[in-house]
Amino acid sequence: MTWVNAMVQGVMLGGLYALFATGLSLIFGVMRVVNLAHGVLTILAAFIAFFIVDHTGLNPLVAMAIVVPVMFTIGYVLQRLLINFTLGSGVLPPLLVTFGLAVVIENILLKVFSADSRGLDAGRIENVSIRLTSRLAVGWLPLTIFLVAVVLLVAMQLFFDRTTFGRALRATSDDAEAAQLMAIDNRHVYAVAMGLALGIAGVAGVFVGVRTTFGPLEGPVLLIFAFEAVIIGGLGSLWGTLVGGVILGVAQTLGAQLAPGWFQLSGHLVFLAVLAVRPTGLFPRVGAV
Amino acid sequence: MPRRVVVERSTFASRWGMAVAIIGVLVLALAPALFLNSVLRTLVQFFYLLALAQMWNLLAGYAGLVSIGQQAYIGIGAYGLLFFADRLGVNLFVSVFLAALVAAVLAIPTAALVFRLRGGYFAIGTWVVAEVYRLLAANTQSLGGGSGVTITAAIGIDRTVREYVTYWIALGLAIASVLIVYYLLRTRLGLALRAVRDREMAAPTLGIHVLRAKVQVYVLASTICGLTGAVIYLSLLRLQPDATFSVNWTVFMIFAVVIGGIGTISGPIVGTIVYFLLQQYLADLGPIYLIILGAVAILVMVQAPRGLWGLVLDRWNIRFFPVQLRVRVKEDPSAASGPNETTEPERVRGRSVDG
Amino acid sequence: MSLLEVEALDQFYRDFQALFGVSLRVDEGEIVAIIGANGAGKSTFLKTVAGLLRSDADAVRFDGNSVGGRPAYRRVSMGIALVPEGRRVFPSLSVEENLRVGGFGKRPGWWNLRRVYESFPLLSKLSTRPAALLSGGEQQALAIGRALMTNPRMLLMDEISLGLAPIIVKQLYQAIPAIVAEGTTLVIVEQDITQALGIAHRAYCFLEGRVSLHGRPADLTRDQIRAAYFGWR
Repeated sequence: MTWVNAMVQGVMLGGLYALFATGLSLIFGVMRVVNLAHGVLTILAAFIAFFIVDHTGLNPLVAMAIVVPVMFTIGYVLQRLLINFTLGSGVLPPLLVTFGLAVVIENILLKVFSADSRGLDAGRIENVSIRLTSRLAVGWLPLTIFLVAVVLLVAMQLFFDRTTFGRALRATSDDAEAAQLMAIDNRHVYAVAMGLALGIAGVAGVFVGVRTTFGPLEGPVLLIFAFEAVIIGGLGSLWGTLVGGVILGVAQTLGAQLAPGWFQLSGHLVFLAVLAVRPTGLFPRVGAV
Repeated sequence: MPRRVVVERSTFASRWGMAVAIIGVLVLALAPALFLNSVLRTLVQFFYLLALAQMWNLLAGYAGLVSIGQQAYIGIGAYGLLFFADRLGVNLFVSVFLAALVAAVLAIPTAALVFRLRGGYFAIGTWVVAEVYRLLAANTQSLGGGSGVTITAAIGIDRTVREYVTYWIALGLAIASVLIVYYLLRTRLGLALRAVRDREMAAPTLGIHVLRAKVQVYVLASTICGLTGAVIYLSLLRLQPDATFSVNWTVFMIFAVVIGGIGTISGPIVGTIVYFLLQQYLADLGPIYLIILGAVAILVMVQAPRGLWGLVLDRWNIRFFPVQLRVRVKEDPSAASGPNETTEPERVRGRSVDG
Repeated sequence: MSLLEVEALDQFYRDFQALFGVSLRVDEGEIVAIIGANGAGKSTFLKTVAGLLRSDADAVRFDGNSVGGRPAYRRVSMGIALVPEGRRVFPSLSVEENLRVGGFGKRPGWWNLRRVYESFPLLSKLSTRPAALLSGGEQQALAIGRALMTNPRMLLMDEISLGLAPIIVKQLYQAIPAIVAEGTTLVIVEQDITQALGIAHRAYCFLEGRVSLHGRPADLTRDQIRAAYFGWR
């Protein structure tokens, strides 16, 4: 693989990372909670897709249409029944509860599915590429993932900026108590936000399953990639998340070109470099916490 | 009637508790003569888990820092031990302390990086750092690489001697971890921490340099975690990056502290005991065991956020490790009128402090 | 039956008691002023009526219904709106977005965006400005307009004059007639006694969590007010 090719692959990978990161970033933006279970929930979505494909023979990309609403519901219920009760008592409870949740979900998956890696087969799309130049080709699947990421980001932006509920979400994240005075029930608002975040994680999870193999123990690495993309890109900025994801992806693929074992490590090192030099990220939203 | 105002720190429970503790420590110190080696090994495990729990509690319960990357220092301690004992030929037991020094040195630049983040992102940042160390260890063949390595320096030492010395070092570590936290909280730094914990925004107005206090605590806790890591692998002897740098160490720390009682000194002791007992009986269940642990931790966090010891404090107000000062008003016994009376202070309502 | 009936209301912040058996009533269409020194419990009282603080169900009755246990977002749907202490506009939203959020509950009534702009012309000029960049007086106008967008039956205003220049305060109070013209009941908490008593039908004075005086402004002497306000005998 040539260097340019590696870069292009990295950019496409960035789209996938942006998908991971959007959910994490959304929850933090609305409720100031870092959901430590985000990675394992993304894996859960992949397993849900696996279950559906196993029992119905549907193409995983089609199964996404079921996975996303299921994940939304899981997110809504999780927020209403558990995470809402951790809010307002400081930084520790949400972190510790989501951490506990991550442990529980990971081990449930281990128990039910065993530690084996598995994959989702999406058929032809995995093998077809677009030939750009004589030495450069882009796979249809990575390109699709990237485009879906862009579309979802645009949709999220529009949702926040233009819709009534999006406005209510922004108001709640500014001042939840004052939002109550506007007839906004913040328990419901937070739950919808979590539902959206997990819905996006659902999309990401299916793509992970199709693009690579996945297993119950892979939650943490997805969480870390999501987090690195958010920090590199800059807190509070949806588009920064895409840029962050791309930079991370490129760092990883270029690193892997140097030495195969350096895929993850080069991503971490670039992340640490950004943290050292520009801790607020590359495109932080002005005034974002 | 003339009155004397007395400011004191020790409580009824702490004075009795100290007597019991001294006896307990003596018994434990003599344990090698009293118990089987297998019992000693179990105790060693208990001691190093207790040290880890105390350190995580110091970070989260007192400095408000949720770190899910302390396993980095466990690994650094372990690989430091390997490096000094096996690669450099230094005495095995001395290497344990040298490894702790390495942890201390590495904690400083780490702090410089991770403290650029706050709250939950700080937490994940610490995890990324641990991952970096794990990957570096896995990619370094001279340290055993991905498949791991055994500390061979231990082979040259008589087995019983090694187990006894390991035991005493571990016992010392456990006691030290408790005392470090206890005495730290009684210093100015400790007072600063508690002020930061209660009202971070107001603390700087009292002249408290919040960031510096947190960094100091982070480096201290990480050094002890490094020391503990060296002790762990002094006992286990077999290193493997995925296990040595595993986040499961953090899972334990969080569990023990949350269930035992965060922000108290007795809490982590209780939590480690609970974890230990559960582990003895449930570890065979594999993933189910961890599901139970995680679920219990979640439940405790939501329903009884101050843990088991917090419940005890609320109910009976027993303080073995009193940190706060109390004021008692004593009637002067030399006064001519009236009998001697001392009045116990009314319990201060509101949030209980450490115990 | 009064629109708002508060009976023997106690309110606590953890171990600290802020209100001791406060009883008060407000009839439909009235303007009632609540005055008192800092810490007297006035804001706590309004927050309790609005639902940001809970109380015994029967301690607060609105239009005959016991609402003490209901959360704030449900009371807004019933017609209780609060302009909170410190304004608390949504900083990352523009002026117009702030007002639109007020309309979230979709309570039918006279007020809408156009009519709020008519009552507060300065807001229409600033409609796209982020609320965080407004001056104190502009934010106060926005907070009032936002509350009006919920089409309240009873509007509670918590110290709208706080921190503002007298001329700005005067301008704000000039909008009051338009508000009450539609039959909205008004409860205002004020430190500016002159303004408050100038427009109120009845007034209550709070002192250390209790009602120390009440009556019609015309019936209350300066000395009585001073005594009730400061607690002098």
